[in-house]
Amino acid sequence: MSPDRKIRVLVAKPGLDGHDRGAKVIARALRDAGMEVIYTGLRQTPEMIVNASLQEDVDVIGLSILSGAHNAIVPRVMDLLKQNQMDDVLVLVGGIIPDQDIETLKKAGVAAIFQPGTPMDSIIEFIRANVKSRGVPATT
Amino acid sequence: MSDSRKPDGKVLAESPVTDLFENGRHPSESEKQWAEKTLAPSLEKGPEKPIGAPTGVNVDEHGHARYTTISGLPIRRLYTPADLPADWKYEDYLNYPGQPPFTRGIHASGYRGRMWTMRQFSGFASPEETNERYKYLLAHGGGGLSVAFDLPTLMGYDSDHPFSEGEVGKCGVAIDSLEDMEILFGGIDLEKTTVSMTINSPASILWAMYLVVAEKQGADWKKISGTIQNDILKEYIAQKEYIYPPAPSMRLVIDTFEFGSKFTPRYNTISISGYHIREAGSTALQELAFTIYDGVEYVEWARRRGLDVDEFGPRLSFFFNAHNDFFEELAKYRAARKIWYRLMKDRFEAKHQRTWLMRFHSQTAGVSLTAQQPMNNIARVAIQALAAVLGGTQSLHTDSYDEALALPTEEAVRIALRTQQIIAYESGVAQTVDPLGGSYFLERLTLDMEKGAFDYFEKLDAMGGMVAAIEKGYPQKEIAEASYQFQRATEAREKITVGANDFVVEEPAPNILYIGEEVAQAQSKKLKALRARRSNDQVRCCLDALRKAAAQEPKAGKNGQVSPANTMPFIVEAVKAYATVGEICEALRDVYGTYTETAFA
Repeated sequence: MSPDRKIRVLVAKPGLDGHDRGAKVIARALRDAGMEVIYTGLRQTPEMIVNASLQEDVDVIGLSILSGAHNAIVPRVMDLLKQNQMDDVLVLVGGIIPDQDIETLKKAGVAAIFQPGTPMDSIIEFIRANVKSRGVPATT
Repeated sequence: MSDSRKPDGKVLAESPVTDLFENGRHPSESEKQWAEKTLAPSLEKGPEKPIGAPTGVNVDEHGHARYTTISGLPIRRLYTPADLPADWKYEDYLNYPGQPPFTRGIHASGYRGRMWTMRQFSGFASPEETNERYKYLLAHGGGGLSVAFDLPTLMGYDSDHPFSEGEVGKCGVAIDSLEDMEILFGGIDLEKTTVSMTINSPASILWAMYLVVAEKQGADWKKISGTIQNDILKEYIAQKEYIYPPAPSMRLVIDTFEFGSKFTPRYNTISISGYHIREAGSTALQELAFTIYDGVEYVEWARRRGLDVDEFGPRLSFFFNAHNDFFEELAKYRAARKIWYRLMKDRFEAKHQRTWLMRFHSQTAGVSLTAQQPMNNIARVAIQALAAVLGGTQSLHTDSYDEALALPTEEAVRIALRTQQIIAYESGVAQTVDPLGGSYFLERLTLDMEKGAFDYFEKLDAMGGMVAAIEKGYPQKEIAEASYQFQRATEAREKITVGANDFVVEEPAPNILYIGEEVAQAQSKKLKALRARRSNDQVRCCLDALRKAAAQEPKAGKNGQVSPANTMPFIVEAVKAYATVGEICEALRDVYGTYTETAFA
């Protein structure tokens, strides 16, 4: 990463669920940690999420899913990212994800899955350690 | 609360003797002597230590330990008669249970005549599987049912809609048409069983389905009893399962009030809910204030329609969270009854006592459950449930220990129900009314809660009511801020969560309930068959009539009838023709449009 450019993160809430406490808390924590955060709001389809990621030129996508719809939503997001040559974007999933689904999601390309009780600091550290540089660094 | 009690607490004592005078207290001579002779030397020997890390909110500028409720309200070392108001009089402030202001409860004999209803919220996968779970719960001593719907049903989409992919049957039971509702309540006598349904934006549709199933069973609408949540305001504030914009949504709610007061006099047409506000991260006070003010907003809208507060008022019920901080929760429930009485009597001039009574359901705090060492949740739930019972709840749901991980297994649900039974039948707390009433600590907290709520009401009144406040994002921002502050305190270990940020161990994952995609396939198949079987002309006709009614401005009905534009009778007809939840919601979307909130984080 260029030191001039802040890490850009899209925090998205896909699916029909409206429980956004986690998404909002993490958005604010990442912002407090010096990242640039775009929060999509509720009920985003995979297409909307990938479009927003393209337009905002983000380095990281955080998907918050608590409803059990992750197996339908996450692989579609990953496919669309590939189609748009955005596979270098770091994709994270947070929420209620059963252990038995973790392998499948990782195989689809998700970098990390954060289950309930994960400290915000460990998410911030993970992003800093794993984010790849994208696009042209912002000039200052 | 006086200013010196604010959580930012700049006005704090330098010594244990001076802090006796905080908040305008007038300690007695004996209390002063105790502080000098007994307390001061004791503190000299062993200074007080904060619970949690000695940073931030846990230590004041003089280096003294500070104590707060889970919501951040300062807590004194000791409460004495000096903490009660100067004009404290039992009959004015507390009075007897069953008498205004109802601080001590709405029933004169507490739980002696009638235990609270043990009502476990449940629903998953298909209507067939959920029906089995209901029969299991009733066979094990559950007193009533409470239906959890899946997200497509809550959002008004059929199981075969593209937006439903991956969501069918996951967070609750999938209901598409009257056919599913018939299966859901098959073999369950709806005249004898009280059923609560957690449904909001499409509430009138699911309620209509319920009424039609009851009618087909031969049940008398005048005798059936139960509750629909139907609280759209807290959806905009917290849970976010809204479909239409606020104004038409409120109109649909008032339609159910009018219909219910005419045809189903024992049915609660709303459960004004603080539960979700708290789960979204609010403080106890915000939960109390926003919920009751939502109640005020519904009454205002109903009165504007021309409905009589003493006619629909008694069917308004409430739903609160039961969280970890035992005394703060108790104070919340006691203050809630008192505040509602004052509002109904003074602000809305309700004449009948039954209109003044706040009846409420409570549920233990899902948000407090940990995914780590999940068995610890059994202890949390027991303490939370005890608070709800001592607070005088009318019905209670206890969460299962595995709910931070998934929908609960049957074993986990049984333990949750057994927890209520142990409180009811072993602990002895149900034998006497409001056993903690008169505690200096509890009475002070109750008064502070009441005052804090009226302070919020003033702000909300000034904004022009709750709908206006929601459009400004005010309650949403208040809650997001509280939620972030709590998370920060947890991460700093100023607040301890056993097993999650302290006393941590490595452990194997427990068995959980796993729901696959089979339900979606089965529901889609049923829908296809239904659409081929029913009269689609009749469905179209019913939906056109509904659209027409929905587009008109309703006025209060006359001669025991509802308004000709009341949507309920049209929805009942559509349901009888086997129109689906998705189709009926779509018809209303045609008229009202949809709502999108301004995202902020």
